[in-house]
Amino acid sequence: MASTLQAVAPPAAARQPADPERRPALLVLPALVALAVFFLFPLISMVISAFTDPVPGLGNFTWFFSETQNLRVLGRTFTTALWVTVVALVLSYPYAYAMTIAGTRARAVLTLLVLVPFWTSLMVRTFAWVILLQDTGVVNDLLGTIGLGPFSLIRTQTGVVIGMVQLLMPFMVLPLYAVMSGIDRRLLTAAGSMGARPVKAFLDVYVPLSLPGVSAGCLTVFISALGFYVTPALLGSPTDALLSQQIFTQVNGLLKWGRGGAMGVVLLGLTLAMIALLAVTLRRAGKKVTG
Amino acid sequence: MSARVGRGALWAFCALVGVWLVAPALIVVPLSFTSKASLKFPPDGWSTRWYEHFFGDPAWMSALWTSLEVGLLVTVVATTLGTAAALGLTRARMRGLALVQGSMLAPMIVPGVVLAIGVYAVFLKLQLVGTLMGFVMAHTVLALPFVMIPVTASLSGFDRRLESAAASLGAGRWTTFRTVTLPLVAPGVAAGALFAFVTSFDEVVVSLFIQSPYLQTLPVKMYASVTRETDPTIAAAATMIIVLTTSLVLIATFFVARRSRAHQ
Repeated sequence: MASTLQAVAPPAAARQPADPERRPALLVLPALVALAVFFLFPLISMVISAFTDPVPGLGNFTWFFSETQNLRVLGRTFTTALWVTVVALVLSYPYAYAMTIAGTRARAVLTLLVLVPFWTSLMVRTFAWVILLQDTGVVNDLLGTIGLGPFSLIRTQTGVVIGMVQLLMPFMVLPLYAVMSGIDRRLLTAAGSMGARPVKAFLDVYVPLSLPGVSAGCLTVFISALGFYVTPALLGSPTDALLSQQIFTQVNGLLKWGRGGAMGVVLLGLTLAMIALLAVTLRRAGKKVTG
Repeated sequence: MSARVGRGALWAFCALVGVWLVAPALIVVPLSFTSKASLKFPPDGWSTRWYEHFFGDPAWMSALWTSLEVGLLVTVVATTLGTAAALGLTRARMRGLALVQGSMLAPMIVPGVVLAIGVYAVFLKLQLVGTLMGFVMAHTVLALPFVMIPVTASLSGFDRRLESAAASLGAGRWTTFRTVTLPLVAPGVAAGALFAFVTSFDEVVVSLFIQSPYLQTLPVKMYASVTRETDPTIAAAATMIIVLTTSLVLIATFFVARRSRAHQ
Protein backbone atom coordinates (compact mmCIF):
# COMPACT_ATOMS: atom_id res chain seq x y z
CA MET A 1 0.00 0.00 0.00
CA ALA A 2 2.78 2.36 0.98
CA SER A 3 4.49 1.89 -2.37
CA THR A 4 1.31 2.77 -4.27
CA LEU A 5 1.05 6.03 -2.40
CA GLN A 6 4.61 6.85 -3.19
CA ALA A 7 4.10 5.97 -6.82
CA VAL A 8 1.59 8.80 -7.18
CA ALA A 9 3.56 11.16 -4.91
CA PRO A 10 5.17 14.18 -6.57
CA PRO A 11 8.73 13.80 -7.86
CA ALA A 12 10.01 15.73 -4.81
CA ALA A 13 10.05 12.36 -3.07
CA ALA A 14 12.86 11.27 -5.36
CA ARG A 15 15.25 13.66 -3.72
CA GLN A 16 15.12 11.85 -0.38
CA PRO A 17 18.15 9.54 -0.21
CA ALA A 18 16.45 6.56 1.48
CA ASP A 19 13.57 6.50 -0.99
CA PRO A 20 12.49 2.90 -1.72
CA GLU A 21 11.22 4.05 -5.12
CA ARG A 22 14.82 4.52 -6.15
CA ARG A 23 15.60 0.88 -5.69
CA PRO A 24 14.01 -0.18 -9.01
CA ALA A 25 16.72 1.88 -10.68
CA LEU A 26 19.16 -0.85 -9.63
CA LEU A 27 17.36 -3.20 -12.03
CA VAL A 28 18.57 -1.07 -14.93
CA LEU A 29 22.18 -1.48 -13.85
CA PRO A 30 23.08 -4.84 -15.47
CA ALA A 31 21.78 -3.72 -18.87
CA LEU A 32 23.52 -0.39 -18.46
CA VAL A 33 26.84 -2.10 -17.68
CA ALA A 34 26.51 -4.34 -20.74
CA LEU A 35 25.71 -1.28 -22.85
CA ALA A 36 28.68 0.65 -21.45
CA VAL A 37 31.19 -2.16 -22.02
CA PHE A 38 29.98 -3.56 -25.35
CA PHE A 39 28.47 -0.47 -26.98
CA LEU A 40 29.68 2.83 -25.56
CA PHE A 41 33.27 1.75 -24.90
CA PRO A 42 33.70 0.37 -28.45
CA LEU A 43 32.31 3.58 -29.96
CA ILE A 44 34.57 5.74 -27.81
CA SER A 45 37.63 3.64 -28.64
CA MET A 46 36.80 3.99 -32.33
CA VAL A 47 36.63 7.80 -31.98
CA ILE A 48 39.90 7.80 -30.02
CA SER A 49 41.68 5.71 -32.65
CA ALA A 50 40.53 8.17 -35.31
CA PHE A 51 42.44 10.94 -33.49
CA THR A 52 45.46 8.95 -32.27
CA ASP A 53 46.31 6.12 -34.65
CA PRO A 54 49.08 5.98 -35.86
CA VAL A 55 50.00 9.46 -34.48
CA PRO A 56 47.91 11.90 -32.42
CA GLY A 57 46.32 14.70 -34.39
CA LEU A 58 43.86 15.35 -37.18
CA GLY A 59 45.92 13.46 -39.75
CA ASN A 60 43.25 10.85 -40.48
CA PHE A 61 40.62 13.51 -41.10
CA THR A 62 42.85 15.62 -43.35
CA TRP A 63 43.64 12.42 -45.25
CA PHE A 64 39.92 11.66 -45.57
CA PHE A 65 38.88 15.09 -46.79
CA SER A 66 41.87 15.69 -49.06
CA GLU A 67 41.70 12.53 -51.18
CA THR A 68 39.23 12.91 -54.05
CA GLN A 69 38.68 9.15 -53.95
CA ASN A 70 37.25 9.44 -50.42
CA LEU A 71 35.08 12.43 -51.29
CA ARG A 72 33.72 10.46 -54.21
CA VAL A 73 32.84 7.59 -51.84
CA LEU A 74 31.14 10.04 -49.50
CA GLY A 75 29.19 11.57 -52.37
CA ARG A 76 28.22 8.13 -53.67
CA THR A 77 27.02 7.07 -50.22
CA PHE A 78 24.87 10.19 -50.09
CA THR A 79 23.41 9.84 -53.58
CA THR A 80 22.72 6.12 -53.10
CA ALA A 81 20.86 6.83 -49.84
CA LEU A 82 19.00 9.64 -51.61
CA TRP A 83 18.01 7.40 -54.55
CA VAL A 84 16.84 4.70 -52.15
CA THR A 85 14.75 7.29 -50.30
CA VAL A 86 13.21 8.74 -53.48
CA VAL A 87 12.35 5.35 -55.00
CA ALA A 88 10.97 4.10 -51.68
CA LEU A 89 8.77 7.21 -51.43
CA VAL A 90 7.48 6.88 -55.00
CA LEU A 91 6.55 3.23 -54.40
CA SER A 92 5.25 3.71 -50.86
CA TYR A 93 3.02 6.77 -51.24
CA PRO A 94 0.39 5.13 -53.48
CA TYR A 95 0.79 1.89 -51.53
CA ALA A 96 0.09 3.55 -48.17
CA TYR A 97 -2.78 5.51 -49.76
CA ALA A 98 -4.29 2.24 -51.02
CA MET A 99 -4.04 0.88 -47.47
CA THR A 100 -6.22 3.72 -46.19
CA ILE A 101 -9.01 3.17 -48.75
CA ALA A 102 -8.87 -0.65 -48.70
CA GLY A 103 -11.42 -2.84 -46.94
CA THR A 104 -10.40 -4.69 -43.78
CA ARG A 105 -9.26 -7.84 -45.56
CA ALA A 106 -7.38 -6.08 -48.39
CA ARG A 107 -5.67 -3.86 -45.82
CA ALA A 108 -4.56 -6.93 -43.86
CA VAL A 109 -3.03 -8.39 -47.04
CA LEU A 110 -1.24 -5.13 -47.92
CA THR A 111 0.10 -4.84 -44.37
CA LEU A 112 1.28 -8.43 -44.38
CA LEU A 113 3.08 -7.94 -47.72
CA VAL A 114 4.92 -4.85 -46.55
CA LEU A 115 5.95 -6.58 -43.34
CA VAL A 116 7.48 -9.58 -45.15
CA PRO A 117 10.81 -7.74 -45.65
CA PHE A 118 10.87 -7.12 -41.88
CA TRP A 119 10.64 -10.83 -41.20
CA THR A 120 12.91 -12.47 -43.70
CA SER A 121 16.57 -12.44 -42.86
CA LEU A 122 18.70 -9.66 -44.32
CA MET A 123 21.33 -12.10 -45.52
CA VAL A 124 18.69 -14.31 -47.17
CA ARG A 125 17.05 -11.41 -48.99
CA THR A 126 20.36 -10.10 -50.24
CA PHE A 127 21.27 -13.57 -51.49
CA ALA A 128 17.89 -13.78 -53.24
CA TRP A 129 18.50 -10.45 -54.99
CA VAL A 130 21.90 -11.72 -56.14
CA ILE A 131 20.08 -14.59 -57.85
CA LEU A 132 17.19 -12.49 -59.17
CA LEU A 133 19.37 -9.74 -60.62
CA GLN A 134 22.14 -11.82 -62.19
CA ASP A 135 22.70 -11.39 -65.92
CA THR A 136 20.82 -14.59 -66.72
CA GLY A 137 18.38 -14.14 -63.82
CA VAL A 138 14.60 -13.99 -63.66
CA VAL A 139 14.39 -10.21 -63.96
CA ASN A 140 16.40 -10.20 -67.17
CA ASP A 141 14.39 -13.18 -68.50
CA LEU A 142 11.16 -11.28 -67.90
CA LEU A 143 12.55 -8.12 -69.47
CA GLY A 144 13.68 -10.26 -72.42
CA THR A 145 10.20 -11.66 -73.03
CA ILE A 146 8.77 -8.15 -73.32
CA GLY A 147 11.58 -7.23 -75.67
CA LEU A 148 13.85 -5.28 -73.35
CA GLY A 149 17.32 -5.86 -72.05
CA PRO A 150 19.34 -7.68 -71.07
CA PHE A 151 20.47 -5.13 -68.53
CA SER A 152 23.39 -5.55 -66.20
CA LEU A 153 21.75 -5.09 -62.83
CA ILE A 154 24.05 -6.85 -60.44
CA ARG A 155 27.27 -5.01 -59.54
CA THR A 156 25.60 -1.72 -60.42
CA GLN A 157 24.09 1.08 -58.37
CA THR A 158 20.67 0.16 -59.80
CA GLY A 159 20.95 -3.29 -58.26
CA VAL A 160 21.97 -1.85 -54.91
CA VAL A 161 18.99 0.54 -54.95
CA ILE A 162 16.53 -2.24 -55.91
CA GLY A 163 17.72 -4.43 -53.04
CA MET A 164 17.89 -1.68 -50.45
CA VAL A 165 14.46 -0.24 -51.25
CA GLN A 166 12.91 -3.67 -50.81
CA LEU A 167 14.62 -4.00 -47.43
CA LEU A 168 13.67 -0.52 -46.19
CA MET A 169 10.16 -0.08 -47.58
CA PRO A 170 8.35 -0.91 -44.31
CA PHE A 171 10.06 2.09 -42.69
CA MET A 172 8.50 4.32 -45.36
CA VAL A 173 5.04 2.74 -45.63
CA LEU A 174 4.29 2.52 -41.91
CA PRO A 175 4.74 6.21 -40.97
CA LEU A 176 2.96 7.25 -44.20
CA TYR A 177 0.03 5.00 -43.39
CA ALA A 178 -0.07 6.27 -39.78
CA VAL A 179 -0.40 9.88 -40.94
CA MET A 180 -2.69 9.17 -43.93
CA SER A 181 -5.19 7.15 -41.90
CA GLY A 182 -5.66 10.24 -39.70
CA ILE A 183 -6.54 12.53 -42.63
CA ASP A 184 -10.22 13.39 -42.83
CA ARG A 185 -11.31 12.41 -46.34
CA ARG A 186 -14.32 14.74 -46.13
CA LEU A 187 -11.81 17.55 -46.74
CA LEU A 188 -11.42 16.21 -50.30
CA THR A 189 -15.19 16.21 -50.75
CA ALA A 190 -15.31 19.75 -49.41
CA ALA A 191 -12.61 20.84 -51.87
CA GLY A 192 -14.59 19.15 -54.65
CA SER A 193 -17.79 20.95 -53.69
CA MET A 194 -15.87 24.23 -53.91
CA GLY A 195 -15.11 23.35 -57.52
CA ALA A 196 -11.63 21.81 -57.28
CA ARG A 197 -10.98 18.97 -59.69
CA PRO A 198 -10.00 15.68 -57.93
CA VAL A 199 -6.31 15.97 -58.87
CA LYS A 200 -6.09 19.58 -57.68
CA ALA A 201 -7.97 18.76 -54.47
CA PHE A 202 -5.58 15.86 -53.84
CA LEU A 203 -2.44 17.92 -54.47
CA ASP A 204 -3.60 21.02 -52.56
CA VAL A 205 -5.36 19.37 -49.62
CA TYR A 206 -4.30 15.76 -49.16
CA VAL A 207 -0.57 15.93 -49.98
CA PRO A 208 0.24 18.82 -47.58
CA LEU A 209 -1.58 17.02 -44.76
CA SER A 210 0.45 13.86 -45.40
CA LEU A 211 3.82 15.66 -45.26
CA PRO A 212 4.66 14.75 -41.61
CA GLY A 213 4.53 11.08 -42.64
CA VAL A 214 6.62 11.80 -45.73
CA SER A 215 9.40 13.50 -43.76
CA ALA A 216 9.43 10.86 -41.01
CA GLY A 217 9.57 8.02 -43.54
CA CYS A 218 12.16 9.69 -45.76
CA LEU A 219 14.53 10.51 -42.91
CA THR A 220 14.24 7.03 -41.39
CA VAL A 221 14.98 5.36 -44.72
CA PHE A 222 17.79 7.80 -45.50
CA ILE A 223 19.44 7.23 -42.10
CA SER A 224 19.24 3.44 -42.43
CA ALA A 225 20.51 3.52 -46.01
CA LEU A 226 23.60 5.58 -45.06
CA GLY A 227 25.00 2.79 -42.90
CA PHE A 228 24.10 -0.26 -44.98
CA TYR A 229 26.90 -2.75 -45.47
CA VAL A 230 25.84 -6.23 -46.60
CA THR A 231 23.51 -5.34 -49.47
CA PRO A 232 25.82 -2.87 -51.26
CA ALA A 233 28.78 -5.20 -50.64
CA LEU A 234 27.07 -8.13 -52.40
CA LEU A 235 24.91 -6.34 -55.00
CA GLY A 236 27.21 -3.45 -55.83
CA SER A 237 30.52 -3.33 -57.59
CA PRO A 238 33.77 -3.18 -55.58
CA THR A 239 34.85 -0.11 -57.56
CA ASP A 240 31.65 1.72 -56.55
CA ALA A 241 32.06 1.04 -52.83
CA LEU A 242 30.09 2.98 -50.23
CA LEU A 243 31.43 4.46 -47.01
CA SER A 244 30.64 1.42 -44.85
CA GLN A 245 32.48 -0.89 -47.27
CA GLN A 246 35.49 1.42 -47.27
CA ILE A 247 35.52 1.34 -43.45
CA PHE A 248 35.49 -2.45 -43.56
CA THR A 249 38.38 -2.48 -46.06
CA GLN A 250 40.48 0.01 -44.09
CA VAL A 251 40.17 -1.88 -40.82
CA ASN A 252 39.85 -5.51 -41.84
CA GLY A 253 41.96 -5.52 -44.97
CA LEU A 254 44.55 -2.79 -44.49
CA LEU A 255 44.61 -2.63 -40.67
CA LYS A 256 44.44 1.18 -40.87
CA TRP A 257 42.53 1.64 -37.63
CA GLY A 258 42.87 5.41 -37.55
CA ARG A 259 41.63 5.90 -41.10
CA GLY A 260 38.75 3.47 -40.59
CA GLY A 261 37.97 5.25 -37.33
CA ALA A 262 37.92 8.65 -39.02
CA MET A 263 35.52 7.31 -41.67
CA GLY A 264 33.44 5.83 -38.87
CA VAL A 265 33.31 9.21 -37.13
CA VAL A 266 32.14 10.83 -40.39
CA LEU A 267 29.44 8.21 -40.90
CA LEU A 268 28.33 8.39 -37.26
CA GLY A 269 28.28 12.18 -37.38
CA LEU A 270 26.15 12.16 -40.54
CA THR A 271 23.75 9.66 -39.01
CA LEU A 272 23.39 11.62 -35.77
CA ALA A 273 22.85 14.87 -37.69
CA MET A 274 20.03 13.20 -39.66
CA ILE A 275 18.51 11.83 -36.45
CA ALA A 276 18.56 15.32 -34.92
CA LEU A 277 16.81 16.59 -38.05
CA LEU A 278 14.24 13.80 -37.73
CA ALA A 279 13.59 14.69 -34.08
CA VAL A 280 13.10 18.38 -34.91
CA THR A 281 10.80 17.56 -37.85
CA LEU A 282 8.69 15.19 -35.80
CA ARG A 283 8.37 17.68 -32.92
CA ARG A 284 7.33 20.41 -35.33
CA ALA A 285 4.82 18.08 -37.03
CA GLY A 286 3.45 17.10 -33.63
CA LYS A 287 2.99 20.76 -32.69
CA LYS A 288 1.19 21.45 -35.93
CA VAL A 289 -1.23 18.59 -35.32
CA THR A 290 -1.96 19.35 -31.66
CA GLY A 291 -1.66 23.14 -31.73
CA MET B 1 -15.52 6.42 -64.93
CA SER B 2 -12.06 7.98 -64.61
CA ALA B 3 -12.17 7.36 -60.86
CA ARG B 4 -12.73 3.67 -61.60
CA VAL B 5 -9.74 3.59 -63.94
CA GLY B 6 -7.64 5.41 -61.35
CA ARG B 7 -8.58 2.94 -58.69
CA GLY B 8 -7.83 -0.01 -60.97
CA ALA B 9 -4.41 1.46 -61.74
CA LEU B 10 -3.76 1.94 -58.03
CA TRP B 11 -4.56 -1.71 -57.26
CA ALA B 12 -2.47 -2.95 -60.18
CA PHE B 13 0.43 -0.85 -58.91
CA CYS B 14 0.02 -2.27 -55.38
CA ALA B 15 -0.09 -5.82 -56.74
CA LEU B 16 3.20 -5.26 -58.59
CA VAL B 17 4.84 -3.74 -55.51
CA GLY B 18 3.52 -6.65 -53.45
CA VAL B 19 5.08 -9.22 -55.78
CA TRP B 20 8.37 -7.35 -55.65
CA LEU B 21 8.22 -7.24 -51.83
CA VAL B 22 7.86 -11.00 -51.46
CA ALA B 23 9.91 -12.06 -54.51
CA PRO B 24 13.15 -12.76 -52.57
CA ALA B 25 11.42 -15.06 -50.10
CA LEU B 26 9.49 -16.75 -52.94
CA ILE B 27 12.45 -17.74 -55.09
CA VAL B 28 14.82 -19.02 -52.40
CA VAL B 29 12.64 -21.93 -51.29
CA PRO B 30 12.10 -23.57 -54.74
CA LEU B 31 15.74 -22.86 -55.60
CA SER B 32 16.89 -24.99 -52.68
CA PHE B 33 15.07 -28.02 -54.15
CA THR B 34 16.72 -27.83 -57.58
CA SER B 35 18.34 -30.93 -59.02
CA LYS B 36 21.03 -28.99 -60.90
CA ALA B 37 24.23 -27.66 -59.41
CA SER B 38 23.41 -24.12 -60.47
CA LEU B 39 21.51 -21.21 -59.00
CA LYS B 40 19.39 -20.80 -62.13
CA PHE B 41 15.77 -19.91 -61.44
CA PRO B 42 13.31 -21.47 -62.14
CA PRO B 43 14.87 -24.90 -61.52
CA ASP B 44 14.56 -27.63 -64.21
CA GLY B 45 14.16 -30.57 -61.84
CA TRP B 46 13.66 -31.31 -58.19
CA SER B 47 15.70 -33.03 -55.50
CA THR B 48 16.64 -32.75 -51.85
CA ARG B 49 20.34 -33.27 -52.47
CA TRP B 50 21.29 -29.73 -51.35
CA TYR B 51 19.76 -30.39 -47.96
CA GLU B 52 21.81 -33.61 -47.76
CA HIS B 53 24.84 -31.49 -48.66
CA PHE B 54 23.97 -28.95 -45.98
CA PHE B 55 23.51 -31.53 -43.23
CA GLY B 56 26.53 -33.55 -44.37
CA ASP B 57 28.98 -30.63 -44.49
CA PRO B 58 30.83 -30.06 -41.19
CA ALA B 59 31.42 -26.36 -42.04
CA TRP B 60 27.71 -25.61 -42.58
CA MET B 61 26.68 -27.70 -39.58
CA SER B 62 29.12 -26.03 -37.22
CA ALA B 63 27.91 -22.63 -38.46
CA LEU B 64 24.32 -23.69 -37.81
CA TRP B 65 25.16 -24.92 -34.30
CA THR B 66 27.13 -21.78 -33.50
CA SER B 67 24.18 -19.65 -34.58
CA LEU B 68 21.71 -21.68 -32.53
CA GLU B 69 24.00 -21.70 -29.49
CA VAL B 70 24.70 -17.97 -29.67
CA GLY B 71 21.02 -17.26 -30.35
CA LEU B 72 19.81 -19.23 -27.33
CA LEU B 73 22.39 -17.71 -24.99
CA VAL B 74 21.58 -14.21 -26.28
CA THR B 75 17.89 -14.92 -25.73
CA VAL B 76 18.51 -15.81 -22.07
CA VAL B 77 20.92 -12.95 -21.33
CA ALA B 78 19.15 -10.21 -23.31
CA THR B 79 15.69 -11.18 -22.04
CA THR B 80 16.87 -11.15 -18.43
CA LEU B 81 18.75 -7.87 -18.70
CA GLY B 82 16.08 -6.24 -20.87
CA THR B 83 13.15 -7.27 -18.68
CA ALA B 84 14.93 -6.10 -15.52
CA ALA B 85 15.82 -2.79 -17.18
CA ALA B 86 12.27 -2.27 -18.46
CA LEU B 87 10.91 -2.95 -14.96
CA GLY B 88 13.41 -0.56 -13.43
CA LEU B 89 12.72 2.17 -15.95
CA THR B 90 8.94 2.03 -15.60
CA ARG B 91 9.12 1.96 -11.78
CA ALA B 92 11.98 4.24 -10.82
CA ARG B 93 11.41 7.93 -10.33
CA MET B 94 14.53 9.94 -10.79
CA ARG B 95 16.12 12.51 -13.02
CA GLY B 96 17.92 11.38 -16.16
CA LEU B 97 15.50 8.50 -16.68
CA ALA B 98 14.58 9.57 -20.20
CA LEU B 99 18.27 9.76 -21.07
CA VAL B 100 18.88 6.22 -19.81
CA GLN B 101 15.82 4.99 -21.70
CA GLY B 102 17.01 6.68 -24.89
CA SER B 103 20.53 5.31 -24.62
CA MET B 104 19.13 1.78 -24.24
CA LEU B 105 17.64 2.11 -27.73
CA ALA B 106 20.81 3.62 -29.25
CA PRO B 107 22.17 0.31 -30.64
CA MET B 108 19.24 0.34 -33.07
CA ILE B 109 20.38 3.50 -34.83
CA VAL B 110 24.19 3.38 -34.87
CA PRO B 111 25.38 2.08 -38.27
CA GLY B 112 26.43 -1.57 -38.02
CA VAL B 113 29.93 -1.06 -39.43
CA VAL B 114 30.69 1.78 -37.01
CA LEU B 115 29.79 -0.38 -34.02
CA ALA B 116 31.55 -3.37 -35.59
CA ILE B 117 34.99 -1.74 -35.87
CA GLY B 118 34.72 -0.48 -32.28
CA VAL B 119 33.70 -3.89 -30.99
CA TYR B 120 36.47 -5.53 -33.03
CA ALA B 121 39.12 -3.25 -31.47
CA VAL B 122 37.85 -3.85 -27.94
CA PHE B 123 37.53 -7.60 -28.52
CA LEU B 124 41.10 -7.81 -29.79
CA LYS B 125 42.25 -6.30 -26.50
CA LEU B 126 39.96 -8.51 -24.38
CA GLN B 127 40.79 -11.58 -26.53
CA LEU B 128 37.12 -12.14 -27.32
CA VAL B 129 37.48 -12.38 -31.12
CA GLY B 130 36.24 -15.75 -32.36
CA THR B 131 34.80 -16.74 -28.99
CA LEU B 132 31.28 -17.76 -28.04
CA MET B 133 31.30 -15.24 -25.19
CA GLY B 134 32.23 -12.48 -27.66
CA PHE B 135 29.34 -13.27 -30.01
CA VAL B 136 26.89 -13.51 -27.11
CA MET B 137 27.87 -10.16 -25.60
CA ALA B 138 27.95 -8.25 -28.92
CA HIS B 139 24.56 -9.66 -29.96
CA THR B 140 23.06 -9.08 -26.52
CA VAL B 141 23.64 -5.34 -26.78
CA LEU B 142 22.02 -5.30 -30.23
CA ALA B 143 19.07 -7.37 -29.01
CA LEU B 144 18.37 -5.32 -25.85
CA PRO B 145 16.14 -2.70 -27.53
CA PHE B 146 14.03 -5.44 -29.11
CA VAL B 147 13.41 -6.92 -25.65
CA MET B 148 12.79 -3.62 -23.92
CA ILE B 149 10.20 -2.31 -26.38
CA PRO B 150 7.59 -5.13 -26.00
CA VAL B 151 8.26 -5.56 -22.25
CA THR B 152 7.84 -1.82 -21.63
CA ALA B 153 4.62 -1.92 -23.65
CA SER B 154 3.34 -4.82 -21.52
CA LEU B 155 4.22 -3.00 -18.32
CA SER B 156 2.46 0.20 -19.35
CA GLY B 157 -0.88 -1.61 -19.35
CA PHE B 158 -0.18 -3.28 -16.03
CA ASP B 159 -2.25 -2.55 -12.92
CA ARG B 160 0.20 -2.10 -10.06
CA ARG B 161 -2.53 -2.43 -7.45
CA LEU B 162 -2.32 -6.18 -8.08
CA GLU B 163 1.23 -6.15 -6.70
CA SER B 164 0.16 -4.12 -3.69
CA ALA B 165 -2.64 -6.62 -3.11
CA ALA B 166 -0.18 -9.51 -3.19
CA ALA B 167 2.14 -7.65 -0.81
CA SER B 168 -0.68 -6.87 1.59
CA LEU B 169 -1.49 -10.59 1.68
CA GLY B 170 2.03 -11.26 2.86
CA ALA B 171 3.91 -12.11 -0.33
CA GLY B 172 7.55 -11.06 -0.44
CA ARG B 173 9.03 -9.03 -3.31
CA TRP B 174 10.33 -12.07 -5.19
CA THR B 175 7.14 -14.09 -4.68
CA THR B 176 5.07 -11.15 -5.88
CA PHE B 177 7.23 -10.81 -8.98
CA ARG B 178 7.14 -14.53 -9.74
CA THR B 179 3.45 -15.16 -9.11
CA VAL B 180 1.84 -11.83 -10.07
CA THR B 181 4.04 -9.53 -12.17
CA LEU B 182 5.77 -12.03 -14.44
CA PRO B 183 2.68 -14.01 -15.49
CA LEU B 184 0.89 -10.77 -16.38
CA VAL B 185 3.71 -9.38 -18.53
CA ALA B 186 4.65 -12.83 -19.88
CA PRO B 187 3.38 -12.17 -23.44
CA GLY B 188 5.64 -9.11 -23.72
CA VAL B 189 8.62 -11.00 -22.28
CA ALA B 190 7.99 -13.94 -24.63
CA ALA B 191 7.78 -11.62 -27.63
CA GLY B 192 10.98 -9.91 -26.50
CA ALA B 193 12.76 -13.26 -26.13
CA LEU B 194 11.78 -14.31 -29.65
CA PHE B 195 12.85 -10.97 -31.12
CA ALA B 196 16.17 -11.32 -29.26
CA PHE B 197 16.77 -14.73 -30.82
CA VAL B 198 15.88 -13.52 -34.31
CA THR B 199 18.11 -10.43 -33.94
CA SER B 200 21.08 -12.60 -33.00
CA PHE B 201 20.30 -15.27 -35.59
CA ASP B 202 20.14 -12.66 -38.35
CA GLU B 203 23.09 -10.42 -37.41
CA VAL B 204 25.86 -10.22 -40.05
CA VAL B 205 27.98 -7.08 -39.88
CA VAL B 206 29.37 -7.24 -36.32
CA SER B 207 29.71 -11.03 -36.68
CA LEU B 208 31.81 -10.59 -39.84
CA PHE B 209 34.39 -8.68 -37.78
CA ILE B 210 34.46 -10.84 -34.65
CA GLN B 211 34.38 -14.25 -36.40
CA SER B 212 37.35 -16.57 -36.63
CA PRO B 213 37.97 -19.42 -39.08
CA TYR B 214 36.95 -21.75 -36.24
CA LEU B 215 33.83 -19.95 -35.11
CA GLN B 216 31.37 -18.55 -37.65
CA THR B 217 27.65 -17.96 -37.48
CA LEU B 218 25.32 -19.13 -40.24
CA PRO B 219 24.81 -15.68 -41.86
CA VAL B 220 28.60 -15.15 -41.89
CA LYS B 221 29.13 -18.52 -43.57
CA MET B 222 26.40 -17.58 -46.07
CA TYR B 223 28.05 -14.22 -46.75
CA ALA B 224 31.36 -15.93 -47.45
CA SER B 225 29.67 -18.53 -49.69
CA VAL B 226 27.73 -15.99 -51.75
CA THR B 227 30.95 -14.20 -52.67
CA ARG B 228 32.78 -17.41 -53.56
CA GLU B 229 30.52 -20.30 -54.54
CA THR B 230 27.55 -20.85 -56.82
CA ASP B 231 26.17 -23.88 -55.08
CA PRO B 232 22.47 -24.32 -54.16
CA THR B 233 23.53 -25.43 -50.65
CA ILE B 234 23.35 -21.69 -49.87
CA ALA B 235 19.70 -21.75 -50.93
CA ALA B 236 19.06 -24.69 -48.58
CA ALA B 237 20.71 -22.77 -45.73
CA ALA B 238 18.69 -19.67 -46.61
CA THR B 239 15.45 -21.65 -46.64
CA MET B 240 16.18 -23.00 -43.17
CA ILE B 241 16.77 -19.45 -41.91
CA ILE B 242 13.49 -18.28 -43.53
CA VAL B 243 11.48 -21.10 -41.98
CA LEU B 244 13.01 -20.65 -38.54
CA THR B 245 12.85 -16.84 -38.30
CA THR B 246 9.43 -16.55 -39.93
CA SER B 247 7.85 -19.03 -37.55
CA LEU B 248 9.47 -17.33 -34.55
CA VAL B 249 8.33 -13.87 -35.63
CA LEU B 250 4.81 -15.19 -36.27
CA ILE B 251 4.75 -16.61 -32.74
CA ALA B 252 6.05 -13.30 -31.33
CA THR B 253 3.42 -11.35 -33.27
CA PHE B 254 0.77 -13.70 -31.89
CA PHE B 255 1.89 -12.92 -28.33
CA VAL B 256 1.85 -9.17 -28.97
CA ALA B 257 -1.58 -9.37 -30.63
CA ARG B 258 -2.98 -11.39 -27.74
CA ARG B 259 -1.66 -8.85 -25.28
CA SER B 260 -3.26 -5.90 -27.06
CA ARG B 261 -6.54 -7.80 -27.44
CA ALA B 262 -6.56 -8.55 -23.70
CA HIS B 263 -6.39 -4.81 -23.05
CA GLN B 264 -9.20 -3.81 -25.36
